[in-house]
Amino acid sequence: MAKKVTVVEEILSENDRAALTNRAQLNDAGLFGLNLMASPGAGKTSVIMATIQALGDKLRIGYIDGDLASSIDVDKVAELGVPAVQINTGGLCHLDAFMMQGALPQLSLSELDLLVVENVGNLVCPSGFRLGIHRNVLIASVPEGDDKPYKYPAMYLGVDVMLLNKMDVIEAFDFDMEYFKRGVEILNPGLAFFPVSCKTGEGLDNWLAWVRSEVAAFKEGIVAVYEPR
Amino acid sequence: MHELPITQNILQIALRHAGDAKRITRINLVIGDLSAVIGDSVQFYWDIISKGTIAEGATLHFERIRACFHCNDCENAFEPDGRKFECPQCGSDQVNLVSGREFQLESIEVE
Repeated sequence: MAKKVTVVEEILSENDRAALTNRAQLNDAGLFGLNLMASPGAGKTSVIMATIQALGDKLRIGYIDGDLASSIDVDKVAELGVPAVQINTGGLCHLDAFMMQGALPQLSLSELDLLVVENVGNLVCPSGFRLGIHRNVLIASVPEGDDKPYKYPAMYLGVDVMLLNKMDVIEAFDFDMEYFKRGVEILNPGLAFFPVSCKTGEGLDNWLAWVRSEVAAFKEGIVAVYEPR
Repeated sequence: MHELPITQNILQIALRHAGDAKRITRINLVIGDLSAVIGDSVQFYWDIISKGTIAEGATLHFERIRACFHCNDCENAFEPDGRKFECPQCGSDQVNLVSGREFQLESIEVE
């Protein structure tokens, strides 16, 4: 005789629990973290390197990179004198909380102020897997086009701050800023938004000021609350 | 390509709730369209990883939930057309996403 058993559980609840553990580990170490997500080539590594170059003498920064294969990004960032850990996902399209559990012990967490995690370049999958990192950052870029909020709404829904990179080439693209911003605003009202260019440095000051204020707020004990689904 | 870990999670949750059942015959999933999960792909992995467990051969049932907005100005409920999110009835941008992000294992059927 068949019997129905009510479950009602989030399919990714195991990952969410691991993310909570990661968050607690970072909080205990007094370490504030950013999870950078973007499509491939939007400029994640460029933003990270510009951030390290500008803030490296004010904050102790650590770096974790997720890529399908290679250590190209880790090698670049390590050259700036920052402790860097590579996660190769072996074909998987995103980082998850369990991969973070493997990577975090490779850094001296309590000796850092800011952890920057570079997720796998992908606008779909990383949005579904929480890492337990304090803030989710989306780096959009002008050449991707102004319709990305409409095509990848889940990514735009789940982030705490957004950069729009490659502003230096906006004249060459038919990028309708109002259309782009309208979509973002409906999905994620009041989202902090910084148009930047890593090439020219335009707008980076605003982003850097945001990072410093978030780290300072965290240090003062205004710990970002972990949101359950 | 993330259906494998998702399918593993589905199996783990189902087994945890099966109690002393001999077989799991059906698994009911509620998946919003914004979850970016492909049912066929989950089924493909399911057939492989459920082998040898009490859930082997169980039917996976996907209840798909459309992405739906609600307009705060005219109370219209609508599915976005993929090009804009404004209300198609009154043009307002005071709209909220009300469904489409579901990603749950709702129930299992056991013998």
